[in-house]
Amino acid sequence: MRMRELIFALVVIVLALLLPWVFYDWAHNRHSGFMVSMLSQMGMMIILAVSYNMLLGQAGLFSLCHATFFGMGGYTTVHLLNAVGKEGVPIPMEVIPLLAGLAGLATAIVFGAMATKQRATAFAMITLGIGELMATAALMFHHFFGGEGGVSTDRMVDRSLFGLSYASGIQVYYLILVWTVIAIGLMYYLTMTPLGRMANATRDNFERAQFMGYDPRMVRFLQFSLAGFFAGIGGGLYAITYEIVTFDSLAGALSANALLMAYIGGTGVFGGPILGAILITVLQSGVSLLSNSWLVYVGVLFISMVMFAPAGLAGMIKAHGPVRRAGRMHALIVPYLRLVLPGLALVLGFVGVVELLSFYTIGAAQGKKLVLFGSPIDVKSAIPWVISFGSLIVGIVWMKFESAHFHRVWENLTVDLRPRR
Amino acid sequence: MEVFVISLLNGLVYGMLLFMLASGLTLIFSMMGVLNFAHASIYMLGAYFAYQVSVFLGFFPALIIAPILCGLIGAAIEVWGLRRVHHNGHIAELLFTFGLVFIIGRAVQMTWGMLPMPYRVPAILDFPLFSLYGANFPAYRAFMLLVSAGMLASTWLLLTKTRVGLIIQASLTHPGMVGALGHNVPVVFTTVFAGGCLLAGLAGVIGGNYQTTEPGMAEAMGPIVFVVVVFGGLGSLAGCFIASIIMGMIQTFAVVIDYSLADIVKPLGIVFSGDNLLTEILTVPVARIGALLPFVMMVAILFFRPRGLMGTRDT
Amino acid sequence: MSTSMAPVALSIRDVRKNFGATEIIRGVTLDIAQGERHCIIGPNGAGKTTCFNLISGRFPITSGEIHLNGERIDQLPPHKINRMGLSRSFQITSIFHRLTVFENLRCALLWSRGYKYSFWHPLGTQKALNAEAERLLEDLNLHDRHNTEAGLLSYAEQRALEIGMTIAGGATVILLDEPTAGMSNTETDYAMALIRRVTEGKTLVMVEHDMKVVFDLADVITVLVYGQVIASGPPAEVRSSRAVQEAYLGALEE
Repeated sequence: MRMRELIFALVVIVLALLLPWVFYDWAHNRHSGFMVSMLSQMGMMIILAVSYNMLLGQAGLFSLCHATFFGMGGYTTVHLLNAVGKEGVPIPMEVIPLLAGLAGLATAIVFGAMATKQRATAFAMITLGIGELMATAALMFHHFFGGEGGVSTDRMVDRSLFGLSYASGIQVYYLILVWTVIAIGLMYYLTMTPLGRMANATRDNFERAQFMGYDPRMVRFLQFSLAGFFAGIGGGLYAITYEIVTFDSLAGALSANALLMAYIGGTGVFGGPILGAILITVLQSGVSLLSNSWLVYVGVLFISMVMFAPAGLAGMIKAHGPVRRAGRMHALIVPYLRLVLPGLALVLGFVGVVELLSFYTIGAAQGKKLVLFGSPIDVKSAIPWVISFGSLIVGIVWMKFESAHFHRVWENLTVDLRPRR
Repeated sequence: MEVFVISLLNGLVYGMLLFMLASGLTLIFSMMGVLNFAHASIYMLGAYFAYQVSVFLGFFPALIIAPILCGLIGAAIEVWGLRRVHHNGHIAELLFTFGLVFIIGRAVQMTWGMLPMPYRVPAILDFPLFSLYGANFPAYRAFMLLVSAGMLASTWLLLTKTRVGLIIQASLTHPGMVGALGHNVPVVFTTVFAGGCLLAGLAGVIGGNYQTTEPGMAEAMGPIVFVVVVFGGLGSLAGCFIASIIMGMIQTFAVVIDYSLADIVKPLGIVFSGDNLLTEILTVPVARIGALLPFVMMVAILFFRPRGLMGTRDT
Repeated sequence: MSTSMAPVALSIRDVRKNFGATEIIRGVTLDIAQGERHCIIGPNGAGKTTCFNLISGRFPITSGEIHLNGERIDQLPPHKINRMGLSRSFQITSIFHRLTVFENLRCALLWSRGYKYSFWHPLGTQKALNAEAERLLEDLNLHDRHNTEAGLLSYAEQRALEIGMTIAGGATVILLDEPTAGMSNTETDYAMALIRRVTEGKTLVMVEHDMKVVFDLADVITVLVYGQVIASGPPAEVRSSRAVQEAYLGALEE
């Protein structure tokens, strides 16, 4: 089992190494800028999501200020890069993300000392306040944060352990990849240590942990600080990639994003947030180009997951484990196929309604027109609305029926596979 | 002096508005253990509904209709949403209401667009009530005070003097026992959640034209309301009231204070100079960092009293 | 029994506890000798579980003093009391339901084996620790449940696991709060045999409702009624105490 995980991780790493070359533009002899920047973004988002899951999934802490540490890592990095570039401070580029991580750690120690006195709901509210405090402060103070304009830098500082200039996106991408692998590797290691295990334990039952000699506050504090360290590394990579850091990198929206990625991917499995980060980044790069209401889709996806699939995508995959091991996956094929049509009707209906509404109001204000398959659609006529709503309602009713059927099949299948004495 | 009196009144108006929001949040929290992240989103919905209704029927019908709509939405959220995720634990409930913030926020943008709504103070209340040394106090603000005070008084009477209120109070502390006595606890929960949302909606109606009705208003208000609740102490209505008034005062007084931290020590002969972050923090006038103060206050109180002003419990 | 000559492990001096205006524990004084098997009985609401909560530091006491092996513990938080050698179980099963049975036991061992908050030891390679957790699994007869999530165990298995977690840290004073509550007769017999075995040589304080179990096991029985000790002594003495018969046993056997 351990071996299989290792092989899987290696395959993913090799894939990440090769992917930029799959999309290489041989005709013009250059990398696909879109691909490289998306993969780079993926790397830092993976770090952010997995480090966030050190809190939400592993320690049961619902934090809303995770971006604070990401942002502090970012701001520290731009200042470091400026110091290296302008004042010749001898810090090689490859080490800077580590220093960014330390900045994240220091910030997390300060705020963690306050927030981790509490748990659950109070903790969530306090972290919300901390996140807002830092985002507001970043807008107000010009030193360090640069106010609304942020702080910019030039990453070509010509200090590298390997003689790299980091002029091209692909070099930066490989720097990100290396640091992502290091960070994820360390975070995985942490899950196997006494602290990592006691974080799980205090998540499940903090009183029991107390009566075993552990101070749950200390466990929360250490876990919170370490999570801040890794988020800081992510922020450092962000600063190196974009060469500018604004208050967005520590604002609430990014904290919320970390939550969405971790939760949708699945908080109960170590790899879940990685999956979530990849998915959300792809959606963000893809769907957000097509539709300006993509946040609605993410929001609805998130709420549906909370309501119907709290284990997330990775949890859903994991739930199939016993069925697969028993060699009975074929029994699920037909029930799954039966979900496709109602699912399509539901999704299409919903997307239709959202897009029509969005073009009716926001699009109209921006002078945009809804165009589908090359033909414009009049959002003021009744037909597209009727079709969309019809599809949505049919989808919901049909889905209810089919999912009940699926549930029955699933129950019958798994009831024999449960452990018994 | 005149600035002081006017600011005091303005602070009271804003504080009462905060308290209408924060009291609903506290009530829902202490009863159901659920922190409704979408509370400020309901406030925003209240403002938008009020605008829409006032376009057709005028302001005063909106004052009744919009909060009721918000209450109904609250009931729907409780019955079809929260109750379903309840068995997955508190974190799932928090996540659920957190997701609602997204959806309500975007739904408002899609329905009404990104621009501020022309939701104005009704003409009948749009006059200066009195003048103090040339500074006007608008009648609408007095009306806001009246509405919020009236609403809070009736809520208080409802909670302490009626049977329903007694059941609600009992369910706060002993949900199992109240259920065993034959009261329908889920219905009580729905009522409280809807009631909290109704209060938020009402705050939206009177706050929407006091501030601006625009898609960012939930994000602007939400964190402050949470700060108020943390500052006052989770689950304490009295603490919540004091915190609301304090925050209201701070926010209005901050605007008129043109001193900085450095000015306090100036008489001692200490002068800060130089171009760095510390100097900037010390020399920035309070008026400029008004938005920061609530959060600083929260951090400060957590440092000295982790449970907040009058909090009795940790979570 | 000659245990009365042994040194005192747990000493409770005039402890009182108020919740609001109500006084729940009204001046309890008790000395529990090292190695003693001490059962606390009493009608519902007598304050037995509250007593445990006060001793273990879960609630602060209102007045009085509690000493563990001569050191005062009544102002300490639970984790510090535990580190000084006192461990407890709960009336309502309290385990880490999403961790495997093995992980539950290993967690219970960590502090006493000096790992503290280490984030550098990989647990998988800690041979002595893992062997000890395995041995505990065997002791509890849960070895075939090694990788089962604790939340999926049967009720009796969960109770056994909790007893295992309570004793794992090597505490010398063990408080068990109704360990056999809700068990069938066979399960109770099994659990009691387990408790006898794993608490050998330790000080055991137990709240229990099953009188058969109590009179079988206890060296000393304390009867708590309305937050006060009305009798304390060897089983035979308690059985014949008039006050106890009136207040408690009489009511049971009517």
